[in-house]
Amino acid sequence: MKILVPFKSVLDPYEAAAPGGSGATAKSVINPFDEIAIEEALRIRERGEATEIVGLTIGPAAVDEQVRAAMAMGVDRAIRVDDARSLDPYTVARILRVLVEEEGPQVVLMGKQAVDDDSNQTGQMLAGLLGWPQATFISKVEFLENKTRARCTRETDAGLEVIEVNLPAVMTADLRLNEPRYVSLPGLMKARKKPIDVRTCEQLGVKVQPLTTVISTARPPKRCAGMRVESVEQLVLKLKEEAKVL
Amino acid sequence: MSGTTLILVEHERGQLKRPSLHAINAAQRLGADFALLLLGQGLDEMTKSLLNYGASAVVIADDAALAEPLADRSAAVIAQAFKQLNATSLLGTSSTYSKDILPRAAALLDAPMLTDVLAIEEQEGVTTYRRPINAGSMLATVQLHGERRVLGIRASAFEAPATVAESSPIEKIAIDPASLPNGTRFVSREERVSDRPDLTEARVVIGGGRPLKDKETFDRLVGGLADTLGGAIGATRAAVDTGLAPNDYQIGQTGKVIAPDLYIALGISGAIQHLAGIKDSRVIVAINKDPDAPIFQMATYGLVGDLHQIVPQLITALQGA
Repeated sequence: MKILVPFKSVLDPYEAAAPGGSGATAKSVINPFDEIAIEEALRIRERGEATEIVGLTIGPAAVDEQVRAAMAMGVDRAIRVDDARSLDPYTVARILRVLVEEEGPQVVLMGKQAVDDDSNQTGQMLAGLLGWPQATFISKVEFLENKTRARCTRETDAGLEVIEVNLPAVMTADLRLNEPRYVSLPGLMKARKKPIDVRTCEQLGVKVQPLTTVISTARPPKRCAGMRVESVEQLVLKLKEEAKVL
Repeated sequence: MSGTTLILVEHERGQLKRPSLHAINAAQRLGADFALLLLGQGLDEMTKSLLNYGASAVVIADDAALAEPLADRSAAVIAQAFKQLNATSLLGTSSTYSKDILPRAAALLDAPMLTDVLAIEEQEGVTTYRRPINAGSMLATVQLHGERRVLGIRASAFEAPATVAESSPIEKIAIDPASLPNGTRFVSREERVSDRPDLTEARVVIGGGRPLKDKETFDRLVGGLADTLGGAIGATRAAVDTGLAPNDYQIGQTGKVIAPDLYIALGISGAIQHLAGIKDSRVIVAINKDPDAPIFQMATYGLVGDLHQIVPQLITALQGA
């Protein structure tokens, strides 16, 4: 079984989103949810249920640092679509579709959302374009019946839900699927020798038209600190008389 | 913009999810008429409750094949309805139901999508959409191109719709179950019975952090205060990770975004990812023993102290009130 793991390079969320921080000094990392997806693919292979894990990403040459990090975790080889533009999820899904059709995996496993634009769309769009079943926001996956189907536990607003999908399928990882491993030194050494296949949208025949344009970004209005109260009695009084929420 | 807006109405266990009707207000900003779409099985009662919101039609896809909200089938039926109505916009919310289905429908409609839309505005004849990025630390103003669009709105950012006297016509969509995607099977759903209100709909929410220590303490203090105020329970990622609360209680960037009248944060220091989920609450109360906790910079009322002593006192004071 072959697993494809598309991943995105994002600014380190713990630095980029820090209050007052500009994010200018933040370094790039693999999107944390995609890292969870990569980890799960590795575990599936370690259980003997997958034979090859192929990484996919889109970005300029600088993104190769994250490609190497994925390879150091254990991804066998990778394809990078060389494109420095900021692409919307639908365009990304259209690019991924071409590569999925070329590679023919049984499973595409990716993060449920990227922590920079928080869209949570690409996996579902890819599944729609391919006409494949999808299992989103998964916290558990097991393969059944000689790997023709997968049983996935999904995290929904109302609690856990279990579905079965026929393979091939697209799955998106939620936070609690696993905890990704740290990269080992031998892993890093090995990663240097693994191949990165660099492609372009033109070669793949994907026309990139901007469907969304970000006109501006701004910090949201700051919520100001209110007041300190000294006792439970004062708090209850404030909630009743001032805020009128009781 | 022009064409009809199709609104995906959500329901669970035979009950409408009221926040999904807030999309009506968002649709009205788009200017054209709107239709409400309900997918499922046995929808007659719910259909009746949708007739007085001024929709050009209440569109029903009622079939055993849609009894469970499977994304592949649902998206196919939504795309079918969208085309039959000559719609140009599809609206839903930011629930896991909408997030699962809407992007797939967008791909079938060859349309771009925006998640978590907070506002729809008109700037010099161009419609723009505001949405949070980077865990809500920034707001992006975005323009969409092309004829069609899909929007997941944040329900709390839009008002509940007004009712009208005139009744909307009902349109049934003919479904051919044999032609629907058949690669997904529903197995089971965890049914947690609770008398507490839904976290995203509650007027009062009590949130608990890791200092609650164990599940018994969490249930006694967070649960006790919630029940005293008729509120819902939420939790931080750390509290969920340590097993104090189930996953679907998590509030924040990767959990739920809430906007209640009153949010009481117990033992929550205020990580940016958690603050992203609570900052639209009208009143925030923080109770924490660390006077420098970031949550105090955002709290309407802050009380420094040991929550193990304060919360029982608060429960008693509120019961007497």
